[in-house]
Amino acid sequence: MTVYLAAFYVYPLLRNIDLSVHNYTVRSFVQGGASFSGLDNFRAVVSNPTFGPALTNTVVFTLSSLVFQFAIGLALAVFFQQHFPLSGTLRALFLVPWLLPLIVSSSTWAWMLNSDSGVVNYVLHLVGVEPVHWLTSPQWSLISVIIANVWIGIPFNLVVLYSGLQAIPAEVHEAAAIDGANGWQRFWRVTFPLLRPVSAITLLLGLVYTLKVFDIIWIMTKGGPGDSSTTLTTWSYRKSFGSLLPQFGPGAAISNLLILLALVAGLLYVRSAGKEVDA
Amino acid sequence: MTTNRAARGRHLRTAVGVALTAVMLFPVYWMVNVSLTPTRDMRHDPPFLVPLHATLDGYRTVLDQQLPYLWTSLVVGLATVALTLLISAPAGYSLAKLRARGGGALAFALLMAQMIPGIIMGIGFYAIYLNLGYLNTLPGLVLADSTIAVPFGVLLFTSFMRGIPDELLQAARVDGAGHLRTFVSVVLPISRNAVVTVSLFSFLWAWSDFIFATTLDSGGDHQPITLGIYHYIGNNNQEWNAIMATAVVASVPAAVLLVLAQRFVAAGVTGGAVKQ
Repeated sequence: MTVYLAAFYVYPLLRNIDLSVHNYTVRSFVQGGASFSGLDNFRAVVSNPTFGPALTNTVVFTLSSLVFQFAIGLALAVFFQQHFPLSGTLRALFLVPWLLPLIVSSSTWAWMLNSDSGVVNYVLHLVGVEPVHWLTSPQWSLISVIIANVWIGIPFNLVVLYSGLQAIPAEVHEAAAIDGANGWQRFWRVTFPLLRPVSAITLLLGLVYTLKVFDIIWIMTKGGPGDSSTTLTTWSYRKSFGSLLPQFGPGAAISNLLILLALVAGLLYVRSAGKEVDA
Repeated sequence: MTTNRAARGRHLRTAVGVALTAVMLFPVYWMVNVSLTPTRDMRHDPPFLVPLHATLDGYRTVLDQQLPYLWTSLVVGLATVALTLLISAPAGYSLAKLRARGGGALAFALLMAQMIPGIIMGIGFYAIYLNLGYLNTLPGLVLADSTIAVPFGVLLFTSFMRGIPDELLQAARVDGAGHLRTFVSVVLPISRNAVVTVSLFSFLWAWSDFIFATTLDSGGDHQPITLGIYHYIGNNNQEWNAIMATAVVASVPAAVLLVLAQRFVAAGVTGGAVKQ
Protein backbone atom coordinates (compact mmCIF):
# COMPACT_ATOMS: atom_id res chain seq x y z
CA MET A 1 0.00 0.00 0.00
CA THR A 2 2.77 2.38 0.93
CA VAL A 3 4.44 1.49 -2.34
CA TYR A 4 1.27 2.29 -4.25
CA LEU A 5 0.90 5.61 -2.47
CA ALA A 6 4.50 6.47 -3.17
CA ALA A 7 4.36 5.44 -6.82
CA PHE A 8 1.02 6.93 -7.73
CA TYR A 9 0.63 9.94 -5.49
CA VAL A 10 3.98 11.07 -4.18
CA TYR A 11 5.84 10.57 -7.44
CA PRO A 12 3.39 12.57 -9.59
CA LEU A 13 3.35 15.28 -6.93
CA LEU A 14 7.13 15.45 -6.80
CA ARG A 15 7.31 15.48 -10.58
CA ASN A 16 4.88 18.35 -10.50
CA ILE A 17 7.03 20.32 -8.06
CA ASP A 18 10.08 19.42 -10.12
CA LEU A 19 8.35 20.82 -13.21
CA SER A 20 7.48 24.00 -11.42
CA VAL A 21 11.06 24.85 -10.47
CA HIS A 22 12.67 24.12 -13.83
CA ASN A 23 12.77 26.01 -17.03
CA TYR A 24 11.21 23.33 -19.25
CA THR A 25 10.60 23.71 -22.91
CA VAL A 26 8.98 21.17 -25.20
CA ARG A 27 12.43 19.95 -26.16
CA SER A 28 13.96 19.62 -22.72
CA PHE A 29 10.72 18.06 -21.54
CA VAL A 30 11.35 15.10 -23.80
CA GLN A 31 15.13 14.99 -23.69
CA GLY A 32 15.82 16.17 -20.19
CA GLY A 33 18.36 18.79 -19.18
CA ALA A 34 16.13 21.69 -18.26
CA SER A 35 17.91 24.27 -16.20
CA PHE A 36 16.96 24.83 -12.59
CA SER A 37 15.13 28.08 -12.28
CA GLY A 38 14.16 28.23 -8.63
CA LEU A 39 11.02 30.18 -8.02
CA ASP A 40 11.05 31.93 -11.40
CA ASN A 41 7.97 30.09 -12.59
CA PHE A 42 6.09 31.07 -9.47
CA ARG A 43 7.18 34.68 -9.85
CA ALA A 44 6.08 34.66 -13.49
CA VAL A 45 2.73 33.20 -12.55
CA VAL A 46 2.02 35.64 -9.76
CA SER A 47 2.90 38.66 -11.88
CA ASN A 48 0.90 37.37 -14.85
CA PRO A 49 -2.18 39.53 -15.53
CA THR A 50 -4.35 36.42 -15.39
CA PHE A 51 -3.32 35.65 -11.83
CA GLY A 52 -5.58 38.23 -10.18
CA PRO A 53 -8.77 37.28 -12.05
CA ALA A 54 -8.03 33.56 -11.73
CA LEU A 55 -7.59 33.81 -7.98
CA THR A 56 -10.67 36.01 -7.55
CA ASN A 57 -12.71 33.70 -9.77
CA THR A 58 -11.57 30.66 -7.81
CA VAL A 59 -12.63 32.30 -4.56
CA VAL A 60 -15.96 33.56 -5.92
CA PHE A 61 -16.71 30.25 -7.64
CA THR A 62 -15.88 28.23 -4.55
CA LEU A 63 -17.64 30.37 -1.98
CA SER A 64 -20.85 30.96 -3.90
CA SER A 65 -21.07 27.31 -4.94
CA LEU A 66 -20.66 26.30 -1.31
CA VAL A 67 -23.25 28.71 0.03
CA PHE A 68 -25.95 27.81 -2.49
CA GLN A 69 -25.31 24.07 -2.47
CA PHE A 70 -25.43 24.00 1.28
CA ALA A 71 -28.49 26.21 1.68
CA ILE A 72 -30.52 24.40 -0.95
CA GLY A 73 -29.29 20.99 0.21
CA LEU A 74 -30.24 21.77 3.82
CA ALA A 75 -33.67 23.08 2.89
CA LEU A 76 -34.33 19.94 0.86
CA ALA A 77 -33.02 17.70 3.64
CA VAL A 78 -35.42 19.31 6.12
CA PHE A 79 -38.25 18.97 3.64
CA PHE A 80 -37.55 15.31 2.94
CA GLN A 81 -37.33 14.54 6.61
CA GLN A 82 -41.09 14.79 6.88
CA HIS A 83 -42.69 11.51 6.10
CA PHE A 84 -44.88 11.44 3.06
CA PRO A 85 -45.62 8.96 0.29
CA LEU A 86 -42.83 8.62 -2.27
CA SER A 87 -40.32 10.62 -0.23
CA GLY A 88 -37.72 7.84 -0.45
CA THR A 89 -38.06 7.46 -4.20
CA LEU A 90 -37.90 11.19 -4.82
CA ARG A 91 -34.83 11.48 -2.63
CA ALA A 92 -33.16 8.75 -4.67
CA LEU A 93 -34.00 10.60 -7.89
CA PHE A 94 -32.27 13.66 -6.50
CA LEU A 95 -29.03 11.71 -6.66
CA VAL A 96 -29.08 11.60 -10.45
CA PRO A 97 -27.15 14.85 -11.06
CA TRP A 98 -24.42 13.66 -8.73
CA LEU A 99 -24.02 10.33 -10.53
CA LEU A 100 -23.94 11.64 -14.08
CA PRO A 101 -20.54 11.97 -15.71
CA LEU A 102 -19.50 15.61 -15.45
CA ILE A 103 -19.06 15.88 -19.18
CA VAL A 104 -22.70 14.88 -19.63
CA SER A 105 -24.08 17.43 -17.19
CA SER A 106 -21.74 20.16 -18.39
CA SER A 107 -22.61 19.74 -22.05
CA THR A 108 -26.31 19.57 -21.23
CA TRP A 109 -26.05 22.84 -19.31
CA ALA A 110 -24.00 24.36 -22.10
CA TRP A 111 -26.83 23.66 -24.55
CA MET A 112 -29.55 24.78 -22.14
CA LEU A 113 -27.73 28.07 -21.60
CA ASN A 114 -27.06 28.61 -25.29
CA SER A 115 -27.82 32.25 -26.13
CA ASP A 116 -29.96 31.71 -29.22
CA SER A 117 -31.62 28.32 -28.86
CA GLY A 118 -31.23 27.54 -25.18
CA VAL A 119 -34.29 26.66 -23.17
CA VAL A 120 -33.27 28.90 -20.28
CA ASN A 121 -33.41 32.01 -22.40
CA TYR A 122 -36.72 30.81 -23.81
CA VAL A 123 -38.21 30.57 -20.34
CA LEU A 124 -36.81 34.00 -19.47
CA HIS A 125 -38.36 35.32 -22.68
CA LEU A 126 -41.75 33.96 -21.56
CA VAL A 127 -41.56 36.02 -18.38
CA GLY A 128 -40.38 39.03 -20.34
CA VAL A 129 -36.65 39.04 -19.65
CA GLU A 130 -34.20 39.92 -22.38
CA PRO A 131 -32.01 37.01 -23.56
CA VAL A 132 -28.84 36.63 -21.52
CA HIS A 133 -25.55 35.68 -23.13
CA TRP A 134 -24.81 33.14 -20.46
CA LEU A 135 -21.64 31.58 -21.76
CA THR A 136 -20.37 34.21 -24.15
CA SER A 137 -20.41 37.39 -22.09
CA PRO A 138 -17.80 38.12 -19.44
CA GLN A 139 -20.41 39.22 -16.89
CA TRP A 140 -22.35 35.98 -16.99
CA SER A 141 -19.89 33.18 -17.75
CA LEU A 142 -18.74 32.72 -14.16
CA ILE A 143 -22.34 32.78 -12.94
CA SER A 144 -23.27 30.14 -15.51
CA VAL A 145 -20.61 27.69 -14.38
CA ILE A 146 -21.56 28.35 -10.76
CA ILE A 147 -25.20 27.48 -11.53
CA ALA A 148 -24.17 24.20 -13.14
CA ASN A 149 -21.81 23.38 -10.29
CA VAL A 150 -24.45 24.12 -7.65
CA TRP A 151 -26.85 21.81 -9.47
CA ILE A 152 -24.29 19.03 -9.41
CA GLY A 153 -23.42 19.62 -5.75
CA ILE A 154 -26.94 19.72 -4.28
CA PRO A 155 -27.41 15.91 -4.09
CA PHE A 156 -24.26 15.42 -2.05
CA ASN A 157 -25.27 18.11 0.45
CA LEU A 158 -28.80 16.75 0.60
CA VAL A 159 -27.73 13.16 1.35
CA VAL A 160 -25.13 14.00 3.97
CA LEU A 161 -27.26 16.59 5.74
CA TYR A 162 -30.26 14.27 5.59
CA SER A 163 -28.35 11.52 7.34
CA GLY A 164 -27.20 14.13 9.87
CA LEU A 165 -30.81 15.15 10.53
CA GLN A 166 -31.84 11.52 10.96
CA ALA A 167 -29.28 11.19 13.73
CA ILE A 168 -30.97 13.89 15.82
CA PRO A 169 -33.37 12.15 18.20
CA ALA A 170 -37.05 12.97 17.71
CA GLU A 171 -37.48 13.56 21.47
CA VAL A 172 -35.45 16.74 21.20
CA HIS A 173 -37.99 18.19 18.79
CA GLU A 174 -40.90 17.01 20.88
CA ALA A 175 -39.43 18.60 23.98
CA ALA A 176 -38.94 21.88 22.13
CA ALA A 177 -42.48 21.69 20.79
CA ILE A 178 -43.86 21.16 24.30
CA ASP A 179 -41.88 24.18 25.43
CA GLY A 180 -43.84 26.11 22.86
CA ALA A 181 -41.28 26.62 20.13
CA ASN A 182 -42.74 27.00 16.66
CA GLY A 183 -41.30 25.27 13.59
CA TRP A 184 -39.03 28.14 12.64
CA GLN A 185 -37.62 28.50 16.17
CA ARG A 186 -37.22 24.74 16.48
CA PHE A 187 -35.11 24.72 13.35
CA TRP A 188 -32.80 27.63 14.20
CA ARG A 189 -32.49 27.05 17.96
CA VAL A 190 -32.50 23.24 18.08
CA THR A 191 -31.89 21.50 14.77
CA PHE A 192 -29.30 23.82 13.31
CA PRO A 193 -26.96 23.89 16.34
CA LEU A 194 -27.22 20.10 16.72
CA LEU A 195 -26.40 19.71 13.05
CA ARG A 196 -23.27 21.84 13.29
CA PRO A 197 -20.66 19.06 13.24
CA VAL A 198 -22.24 17.47 10.16
CA SER A 199 -22.57 20.88 8.53
CA ALA A 200 -18.90 21.57 9.11
CA ILE A 201 -17.88 18.32 7.45
CA THR A 202 -20.24 18.88 4.55
CA LEU A 203 -18.91 22.37 3.94
CA LEU A 204 -15.27 21.36 4.19
CA LEU A 205 -15.69 18.42 1.83
CA GLY A 206 -17.62 20.73 -0.47
CA LEU A 207 -14.72 23.18 -0.30
CA VAL A 208 -12.26 20.48 -1.29
CA TYR A 209 -14.44 19.23 -4.13
CA THR A 210 -15.14 22.71 -5.44
CA LEU A 211 -11.48 23.69 -5.50
CA LYS A 212 -10.90 20.64 -7.68
CA VAL A 213 -13.58 21.49 -10.22
CA PHE A 214 -12.16 21.53 -13.69
CA ASP A 215 -14.38 19.57 -16.09
CA ILE A 216 -17.44 21.76 -15.73
CA ILE A 217 -15.69 25.04 -16.41
CA TRP A 218 -13.48 23.70 -19.16
CA ILE A 219 -16.34 22.07 -21.04
CA MET A 220 -18.78 24.96 -20.67
CA THR A 221 -16.60 28.01 -21.22
CA LYS A 222 -12.91 26.95 -21.40
CA GLY A 223 -12.42 29.68 -18.80
CA GLY A 224 -13.55 32.38 -21.19
CA PRO A 225 -14.53 34.67 -22.66
CA GLY A 226 -11.15 36.22 -21.92
CA ASP A 227 -10.30 35.18 -18.40
CA SER A 228 -13.79 35.83 -17.08
CA SER A 229 -14.40 32.31 -15.82
CA THR A 230 -10.80 31.14 -15.51
CA THR A 231 -9.98 29.53 -12.18
CA LEU A 232 -6.64 28.21 -11.00
CA THR A 233 -7.42 24.70 -12.27
CA THR A 234 -8.43 25.72 -15.76
CA TRP A 235 -5.57 28.18 -16.00
CA SER A 236 -3.11 25.49 -15.02
CA TYR A 237 -4.56 23.14 -17.63
CA ARG A 238 -4.52 25.83 -20.30
CA LYS A 239 -0.88 26.60 -19.61
CA SER A 240 0.13 22.94 -19.69
CA PHE A 241 -2.06 21.45 -22.40
CA GLY A 242 -4.19 24.17 -23.93
CA SER A 243 -1.91 25.33 -26.72
CA LEU A 244 0.61 23.97 -29.17
CA LEU A 245 3.42 25.46 -27.10
CA PRO A 246 2.84 23.99 -23.69
CA GLN A 247 4.37 25.76 -20.70
CA PHE A 248 4.61 22.97 -18.20
CA GLY A 249 6.68 24.95 -15.74
CA PRO A 250 4.15 27.71 -15.11
CA GLY A 251 1.28 25.24 -15.40
CA ALA A 252 2.79 23.13 -12.66
CA ALA A 253 3.56 26.23 -10.60
CA ILE A 254 -0.11 27.24 -10.69
CA SER A 255 -1.20 23.78 -9.70
CA ASN A 256 1.23 23.82 -6.78
CA LEU A 257 -0.35 27.03 -5.54
CA LEU A 258 -3.67 25.28 -5.84
CA ILE A 259 -2.50 22.31 -3.84
CA LEU A 260 -1.53 24.64 -1.02
CA LEU A 261 -5.15 25.79 -0.89
CA ALA A 262 -6.40 22.22 -1.06
CA LEU A 263 -4.06 21.09 1.69
CA VAL A 264 -5.21 23.82 4.03
CA ALA A 265 -8.81 22.78 3.41
CA GLY A 266 -7.83 19.14 3.80
CA LEU A 267 -6.09 19.69 7.12
CA LEU A 268 -9.09 21.63 8.40
CA TYR A 269 -11.29 18.72 7.38
CA VAL A 270 -9.15 16.05 9.02
CA ARG A 271 -9.01 18.10 12.19
CA SER A 272 -12.74 18.59 12.43
CA ALA A 273 -13.43 14.98 11.44
CA GLY A 274 -11.02 13.90 14.16
CA LYS A 275 -12.84 16.03 16.73
CA GLU A 276 -16.04 14.43 15.59
CA VAL A 277 -14.71 10.97 16.45
CA ASP A 278 -13.48 12.07 19.86
CA ALA A 279 -16.77 13.65 20.80
CA MET B 1 -61.16 14.94 10.96
CA THR B 2 -57.58 15.30 12.16
CA THR B 3 -56.48 12.19 10.30
CA ASN B 4 -58.08 13.60 7.19
CA ARG B 5 -56.14 16.78 7.53
CA ALA B 6 -52.91 14.90 8.21
CA ALA B 7 -53.46 12.78 5.12
CA ARG B 8 -54.08 15.89 3.06
CA GLY B 9 -50.90 17.43 4.42
CA ARG B 10 -48.95 14.34 3.42
CA HIS B 11 -50.30 14.42 -0.09
CA LEU B 12 -49.55 18.08 -0.39
CA ARG B 13 -45.96 17.34 0.60
CA THR B 14 -45.77 14.60 -1.98
CA ALA B 15 -46.98 17.06 -4.59
CA VAL B 16 -44.36 19.62 -3.54
CA GLY B 17 -41.73 16.88 -3.51
CA VAL B 18 -42.63 15.79 -7.02
CA ALA B 19 -42.51 19.38 -8.21
CA LEU B 20 -39.08 19.96 -6.65
CA THR B 21 -37.77 16.74 -8.15
CA ALA B 22 -39.13 17.73 -11.54
CA VAL B 23 -37.29 21.06 -11.41
CA MET B 24 -34.10 19.33 -10.27
CA LEU B 25 -34.26 16.73 -13.01
CA PHE B 26 -35.28 19.11 -15.77
CA PRO B 27 -31.77 19.18 -17.27
CA VAL B 28 -31.84 15.40 -17.48
CA TYR B 29 -35.22 15.50 -19.21
CA TRP B 30 -33.93 18.17 -21.54
CA MET B 31 -30.95 16.03 -22.46
CA VAL B 32 -33.29 13.20 -23.48
CA ASN B 33 -35.61 15.60 -25.27
CA VAL B 34 -32.83 17.17 -27.32
CA SER B 35 -31.38 13.75 -28.11
CA LEU B 36 -34.67 12.89 -29.85
CA THR B 37 -35.10 16.20 -31.67
CA PRO B 38 -34.37 16.21 -35.42
CA THR B 39 -31.50 18.48 -36.47
CA ARG B 40 -33.78 20.85 -38.42
CA ASP B 41 -35.82 21.57 -35.28
CA MET B 42 -32.76 22.15 -33.13
CA ARG B 43 -32.75 25.92 -33.50
CA HIS B 44 -36.52 26.19 -33.71
CA ASP B 45 -37.96 29.17 -31.89
CA PRO B 46 -39.67 28.47 -29.53
CA PRO B 47 -37.85 25.22 -28.70
CA PHE B 48 -40.00 22.10 -28.67
CA LEU B 49 -40.66 21.21 -25.05
CA VAL B 50 -41.60 17.66 -25.95
CA PRO B 51 -40.07 15.69 -28.82
CA LEU B 52 -43.06 15.98 -31.19
CA HIS B 53 -41.13 14.82 -34.22
CA ALA B 54 -39.02 12.34 -32.32
CA THR B 55 -36.24 10.78 -34.31
CA LEU B 56 -33.62 8.21 -33.46
CA ASP B 57 -31.09 9.82 -35.81
CA GLY B 58 -28.98 10.92 -32.89
CA TYR B 59 -28.82 7.40 -31.53
CA ARG B 60 -28.05 6.01 -34.97
CA THR B 61 -25.07 8.36 -35.11
CA VAL B 62 -23.97 7.11 -31.70
CA LEU B 63 -24.05 3.52 -32.94
CA ASP B 64 -22.11 4.51 -36.03
CA GLN B 65 -19.44 6.61 -34.43
CA GLN B 66 -19.24 6.13 -30.69
CA LEU B 67 -19.19 2.37 -30.19
CA PRO B 68 -15.37 2.12 -30.03
CA TYR B 69 -15.33 4.85 -27.37
CA LEU B 70 -17.97 3.04 -25.34
CA TRP B 71 -15.99 -0.19 -25.53
CA THR B 72 -12.85 1.56 -24.37
CA SER B 73 -14.70 3.08 -21.43
CA LEU B 74 -16.10 -0.32 -20.50
CA VAL B 75 -12.69 -1.97 -20.62
CA VAL B 76 -11.01 0.86 -18.72
CA GLY B 77 -13.82 0.87 -16.14
CA LEU B 78 -13.66 -2.86 -15.49
CA ALA B 79 -9.87 -2.91 -15.36
CA THR B 80 -9.95 0.00 -12.90
CA VAL B 81 -12.41 -1.89 -10.70
CA ALA B 82 -10.15 -4.94 -10.69
CA LEU B 83 -7.05 -2.92 -9.87
CA THR B 84 -8.83 -0.89 -7.21
CA LEU B 85 -10.16 -3.99 -5.45
CA LEU B 86 -6.81 -5.74 -5.72
CA ILE B 87 -5.11 -2.88 -3.95
CA SER B 88 -7.70 -1.53 -1.56
CA ALA B 89 -9.23 -4.71 -0.10
CA PRO B 90 -5.96 -6.17 1.27
CA ALA B 91 -4.87 -2.70 2.34
CA GLY B 92 -8.13 -2.16 4.19
CA TYR B 93 -7.77 -5.55 5.86
CA SER B 94 -4.27 -4.86 7.08
CA LEU B 95 -5.26 -1.42 8.37
CA ALA B 96 -8.32 -2.78 10.14
CA LYS B 97 -7.09 -6.07 11.54
CA LEU B 98 -3.37 -6.59 11.24
CA ARG B 99 -2.32 -3.43 13.07
CA ALA B 100 0.11 -2.58 10.31
CA ARG B 101 2.89 -0.28 11.43
CA GLY B 102 2.23 3.36 10.59
CA GLY B 103 -1.43 2.59 9.95
CA GLY B 104 -2.64 5.87 11.38
CA ALA B 105 -0.26 7.86 9.24
CA LEU B 106 -1.30 5.86 6.20
CA ALA B 107 -4.98 6.51 6.81
CA PHE B 108 -4.18 10.20 7.17
CA ALA B 109 -2.19 10.16 3.93
CA LEU B 110 -5.14 8.54 2.16
CA LEU B 111 -7.50 11.22 3.39
CA MET B 112 -5.15 13.89 2.11
CA ALA B 113 -4.68 12.03 -1.18
CA GLN B 114 -8.38 12.44 -1.86
CA MET B 115 -7.99 16.20 -1.59
CA ILE B 116 -5.44 16.53 -4.38
CA PRO B 117 -7.01 18.20 -7.41
CA GLY B 118 -7.08 15.91 -10.44
CA ILE B 119 -5.36 18.44 -12.66
CA ILE B 120 -2.26 18.26 -10.47
CA MET B 121 -2.14 14.49 -10.71
CA GLY B 122 -2.79 14.83 -14.42
CA ILE B 123 0.24 17.05 -15.02
CA GLY B 124 2.42 14.84 -12.83
CA PHE B 125 1.33 11.65 -14.56
CA TYR B 126 1.78 13.28 -17.94
CA ALA B 127 5.40 14.12 -17.19
CA ILE B 128 6.10 10.62 -15.89
CA TYR B 129 4.29 8.81 -18.68
CA LEU B 130 6.00 10.89 -21.33
CA ASN B 131 9.36 9.55 -20.22
CA LEU B 132 8.13 6.00 -19.69
CA GLY B 133 6.22 5.88 -22.96
CA TYR B 134 2.91 5.19 -21.21
CA LEU B 135 1.12 8.15 -22.76
CA ASN B 136 -1.96 7.23 -24.82
CA THR B 137 -1.99 3.68 -23.55
CA LEU B 138 -4.92 2.05 -21.79
CA PRO B 139 -2.88 0.54 -18.92
CA GLY B 140 -1.57 4.04 -18.24
CA LEU B 141 -5.09 5.42 -18.11
CA VAL B 142 -6.26 2.57 -15.85
CA LEU B 143 -3.39 3.20 -13.42
CA ALA B 144 -4.23 6.89 -13.27
CA ASP B 145 -7.98 6.24 -12.91
CA SER B 146 -7.35 3.87 -10.04
CA THR B 147 -5.91 6.76 -8.02
CA ILE B 148 -9.39 8.31 -7.95
CA ALA B 149 -10.99 5.34 -6.19
CA VAL B 150 -8.22 3.65 -4.20
CA PRO B 151 -8.20 6.03 -1.20
CA PHE B 152 -11.99 5.82 -0.99
CA GLY B 153 -11.78 2.02 -1.29
CA VAL B 154 -9.16 1.60 1.40
CA LEU B 155 -11.02 3.80 3.85
CA LEU B 156 -14.33 2.07 3.19
CA PHE B 157 -12.82 -1.42 3.51
CA THR B 158 -11.01 -0.40 6.68
CA SER B 159 -14.14 0.84 8.42
CA PHE B 160 -16.15 -2.13 7.19
CA MET B 161 -13.62 -4.79 8.14
CA ARG B 162 -13.09 -3.26 11.55
CA GLY B 163 -16.61 -4.51 12.28
CA ILE B 164 -15.70 -8.15 11.65
CA PRO B 165 -15.42 -9.90 15.02
CA ASP B 166 -11.86 -10.94 15.92
CA GLU B 167 -13.13 -14.30 17.19
CA LEU B 168 -14.07 -15.24 13.65
CA LEU B 169 -10.57 -14.60 12.39
CA GLN B 170 -9.05 -16.43 15.32
CA ALA B 171 -11.30 -19.41 14.64
CA ALA B 172 -10.05 -19.49 11.07
CA ARG B 173 -6.48 -19.36 12.30
CA VAL B 174 -7.11 -22.20 14.77
CA ASP B 175 -8.42 -24.22 11.84
CA GLY B 176 -5.02 -23.77 10.26
CA ALA B 177 -5.70 -20.93 7.79
CA GLY B 178 -2.87 -18.48 7.13
CA HIS B 179 -3.35 -14.72 6.65
CA LEU B 180 -4.01 -15.07 2.95
CA ARG B 181 -6.42 -17.96 3.37
CA THR B 182 -8.30 -16.16 6.16
CA PHE B 183 -8.54 -13.08 3.99
CA VAL B 184 -9.79 -14.86 0.88
CA SER B 185 -12.23 -17.34 2.42
CA VAL B 186 -13.45 -15.51 5.51
CA VAL B 187 -12.94 -11.77 5.28
CA LEU B 188 -13.80 -11.17 1.63
CA PRO B 189 -17.12 -13.08 1.61
CA ILE B 190 -18.26 -11.20 4.72
CA SER B 191 -17.24 -7.89 3.15
CA ARG B 192 -19.40 -8.44 0.10
CA ASN B 193 -21.32 -5.20 0.59
CA ALA B 194 -18.14 -3.16 0.78
CA VAL B 195 -16.81 -4.93 -2.32
CA VAL B 196 -19.96 -4.03 -4.23
CA THR B 197 -19.90 -0.40 -3.12
CA VAL B 198 -16.23 0.07 -3.98
CA SER B 199 -16.65 -1.68 -7.34
CA LEU B 200 -19.64 0.42 -8.29
CA PHE B 201 -17.98 3.68 -7.45
CA SER B 202 -14.61 2.90 -8.96
CA PHE B 203 -16.37 1.88 -12.16
CA LEU B 204 -18.50 5.00 -12.21
CA TRP B 205 -15.56 7.31 -11.55
CA ALA B 206 -13.37 5.66 -14.16
CA TRP B 207 -16.26 5.78 -16.64
CA SER B 208 -16.85 9.47 -15.93
CA ASP B 209 -13.22 10.53 -15.81
CA PHE B 210 -12.38 13.38 -18.12
CA ILE B 211 -9.24 14.99 -16.68
CA PHE B 212 -7.00 11.94 -16.93
CA ALA B 213 -8.47 10.98 -20.28
CA THR B 214 -7.79 14.38 -21.81
CA THR B 215 -4.31 14.79 -20.32
CA LEU B 216 -3.04 11.24 -20.74
CA ASP B 217 -4.97 9.69 -23.60
CA SER B 218 -5.99 12.49 -25.96
CA GLY B 219 -3.72 11.19 -28.72
CA GLY B 220 -4.48 7.52 -28.18
CA ASP B 221 -6.03 5.05 -30.59
CA HIS B 222 -8.48 3.93 -27.93
CA GLN B 223 -10.22 6.80 -26.21
CA PRO B 224 -13.00 6.69 -23.62
CA ILE B 225 -16.51 8.01 -24.17
CA THR B 226 -15.88 11.22 -22.25
CA LEU B 227 -13.38 12.21 -24.93
CA GLY B 228 -15.86 11.03 -27.56
CA ILE B 229 -18.38 13.58 -26.32
CA TYR B 230 -15.69 16.23 -25.93
CA HIS B 231 -14.54 15.85 -29.55
CA TYR B 232 -18.17 16.01 -30.62
CA ILE B 233 -18.75 19.32 -28.89
CA GLY B 234 -15.62 20.67 -30.49
CA ASN B 235 -16.30 19.44 -34.01
CA ASN B 236 -19.90 19.59 -35.11
CA ASN B 237 -21.65 22.17 -33.04
CA GLN B 238 -24.85 21.72 -35.00
CA GLU B 239 -25.68 18.12 -34.29
CA TRP B 240 -26.75 18.50 -30.72
CA ASN B 241 -29.09 15.54 -30.96
CA ALA B 242 -26.11 13.28 -31.58
CA ILE B 243 -24.16 14.92 -28.74
CA MET B 244 -27.06 14.56 -26.34
CA ALA B 245 -27.74 11.00 -27.50
CA THR B 246 -24.15 10.16 -26.66
CA ALA B 247 -24.62 11.86 -23.32
CA VAL B 248 -27.72 9.76 -22.65
CA VAL B 249 -25.83 6.58 -23.50
CA ALA B 250 -22.91 7.68 -21.33
CA SER B 251 -25.35 8.15 -18.44
CA VAL B 252 -26.61 4.59 -18.60
CA PRO B 253 -24.17 3.22 -15.98
CA ALA B 254 -25.27 5.92 -13.54
CA ALA B 255 -28.93 5.08 -14.13
CA VAL B 256 -28.35 1.34 -13.76
CA LEU B 257 -26.45 2.00 -10.57
CA LEU B 258 -29.28 4.03 -9.13
CA VAL B 259 -31.96 1.49 -9.98
CA LEU B 260 -30.11 -1.68 -9.03
CA ALA B 261 -27.94 -0.55 -6.20
CA GLN B 262 -29.62 2.37 -4.48
CA ARG B 263 -28.64 1.38 -0.97
CA PHE B 264 -25.02 0.95 -2.00
CA VAL B 265 -25.07 4.41 -3.53
CA ALA B 266 -26.29 6.00 -0.32
CA ALA B 267 -23.64 4.02 1.57
CA GLY B 268 -21.02 5.39 -0.80
CA VAL B 269 -22.06 9.01 -0.45
CA THR B 270 -22.11 8.98 3.32
CA GLY B 271 -19.16 6.59 3.48
CA GLY B 272 -17.16 9.21 1.62
CA ALA B 273 -18.12 11.86 4.12
CA VAL B 274 -18.10 10.20 7.50
CA LYS B 275 -14.75 8.55 7.90
CA GLN B 276 -12.88 7.53 10.99
